[in-house]
Amino acid sequence: MTETFLGMPATAPAGVGNLRGDEPFPVAARRALADAQLRRNLRHATGTIRAKSAAVIGEVPDWPELRAAGRAIKSDTMARLPELLEQLEAAVTAAGGTVHWAADAVEANRIVTDLIRAAGADRVMKVKSMATQEIGLNEALEAAGITPVETDLAELIVQLGRDRPSHILVPAIHRNRAEIREVFLREMPGVDPALSDEPAALAAAARRHLRETFLSTRVAVSGANFAVAETGTLAVVESEGNGRMCLTLPETLITVMGIEKVVPSWDDLAVFLQLLPRASTGERMNPYTSMWTGVTPGDGPQAFHLVLLDNGRSAVLADEVGRQALHCIRCSACLNVCPVYERTGGHAYGSVYPGPIGAVLSPQLTGVEENASLPYASSLCGACFDACPVMIDIPSVLVHLRARHVAERRAAHRTPSAEAVAMAAAAYTMDHPRLYAAAQRAAGLGRLAGRALPPPLNGWTASRDVPAAPPQTFRQWWAERRSES
Amino acid sequence: MTSRDLVLARLRAALAAAPPTVPDRATAAYRRHGDLPPGDPELLDLLARRLTDYRAEVHRVAASAVADTVTGILAAAGASVVVVPPGLPADWRPGDIEVVVDDDLPAARLARLDAVVTAAAVAVAETGTIVLDAAADQGRRVISLLPDLHVCVVRPGQVVATVPEGVARLTPGRPLTWISGPSATSDIELNRVEGVHGPRRLHVVVTDR
Repeated sequence: MTETFLGMPATAPAGVGNLRGDEPFPVAARRALADAQLRRNLRHATGTIRAKSAAVIGEVPDWPELRAAGRAIKSDTMARLPELLEQLEAAVTAAGGTVHWAADAVEANRIVTDLIRAAGADRVMKVKSMATQEIGLNEALEAAGITPVETDLAELIVQLGRDRPSHILVPAIHRNRAEIREVFLREMPGVDPALSDEPAALAAAARRHLRETFLSTRVAVSGANFAVAETGTLAVVESEGNGRMCLTLPETLITVMGIEKVVPSWDDLAVFLQLLPRASTGERMNPYTSMWTGVTPGDGPQAFHLVLLDNGRSAVLADEVGRQALHCIRCSACLNVCPVYERTGGHAYGSVYPGPIGAVLSPQLTGVEENASLPYASSLCGACFDACPVMIDIPSVLVHLRARHVAERRAAHRTPSAEAVAMAAAAYTMDHPRLYAAAQRAAGLGRLAGRALPPPLNGWTASRDVPAAPPQTFRQWWAERRSES
Repeated sequence: MTSRDLVLARLRAALAAAPPTVPDRATAAYRRHGDLPPGDPELLDLLARRLTDYRAEVHRVAASAVADTVTGILAAAGASVVVVPPGLPADWRPGDIEVVVDDDLPAARLARLDAVVTAAAVAVAETGTIVLDAAADQGRRVISLLPDLHVCVVRPGQVVATVPEGVARLTPGRPLTWISGPSATSDIELNRVEGVHGPRRLHVVVTDR
């Protein structure tokens, strides 16, 4: 047990929210790999987005400088996060908004539930938001008798299909058009039974379905892509117009924002508004971006609440190597280029944050021991680092978290793991030349044993072949060479 | 201890344990300006191409022909009632159609109107973006959201090359809406499809002065 003291960095509590899977990655991944339809859908979608993104990034002459600027701004932000949050709070309050602080998911859910009840509503419309998925807000609202309506198309597909999100940007990426049509026909009241599976027809069906909700719902809940500390301005980046509807039409707007989303100054938006759409949807600019500062009399919601969420972020900030995971702007470029994600899909990661960024973020938010398989859910090929618009060195953080996992397990358990025993044996052997020579000869004989190792070492060979040992060791070759000359 | 104090104390403890190093922002000298000045004819061409790429329709007309152009767009779309913000220049108002001036119209009424005509605050050529800042000639955010057809009139001097120039021109405290083409989604197989909740048709009228 790790002791936590009041005021010391803390991980996200268990039993609430969606940061932990029910099973380790290898188990879930094996099942996902057996789903041929899933793999076809993912290959098609990620291939499409990679090509689009590469084309529009190629148009930008200063892309490397923009990435460096993105990293510098985020590093600067993390270095003075407490002060920037206080500055943001002051600016939002001065502009007529109310700021709430939530130490964890439980508190954030309670704050939002209380605000909705205080507004006298039993239904809220939602803009797609990773933070509210992370804390399990929908489940908490339903338990409190409040109906959350997801308005983003992909979120709607997931909600109607009683499915789970599998991608940061496109939660229904694992569904193709035919499957989406099936969900709509089954779950959307009053839908035209002759609905085709053309994407335009499916989008039109969602438009009809949600129109009345937008016009009649009095409270909306959103996330935020950016919050400017110096001005108190919030920004939501979107495509469909559901965001504009939720940010403009209701009487009360509640925004739940991870504390790492703050940026210091107004000009910083110029960097991220170039990086995000090109890395994310592969567009020069997404169709709609809304920015608001507190409350504007006569225009939009007249009550605005900002909920600042920690839920493990302080623990991430405490890790000198791992804290760069907080730089993430949720573009999903790393998912789209990842050979592991492309084959397993997002559900295998268990957390709402899948893919390479999820593999470094989720274990840090929960504590490595509670998402211990995720740092290993990578081949360390480095494609994610190359694709990241804010230059998060995901492979280095993965390696660092593997080391943390081993160290924490060693500290927690007296009995060493099979891996630790094997490594200790190898170290001893290599320290003793005669033993080492004997081991090498034995490895040569091992060629006859085939490509799998016996227990307890078969974990290594379950997904890998043992490389064939050469017929001769280096020492044997050297000895022969010298005797010949 | 309030949650505010708790979160701030946690963050300060996290930073104190391992003080961060911040890369020098000077190495990140991204473009603050494009090569062309605002309103340059080549920029207007670029804006038009980029808007067209995302299925917006662009009209390049003389400033004196805005009203006729708007009238033509609305007629071709079969619109019969159009809403305009209170500060829309009088000589931009379309003829031959019922014009409703927004006077805090309820959302349900706006949703039944066919079209909206607004000005813009800034346009960014490289990304094909127009930005509305809720000034009197653009109106409340909701009026450019609910009608299905949005006609936006842009003056050449409002057109800048890059996103940083656009950001620098805007006033942070105002409600801002950045619009790049009609409402769209990439949620089905990650391909862009136009026409979801926002206006499904966007016409941009670029004047010559």
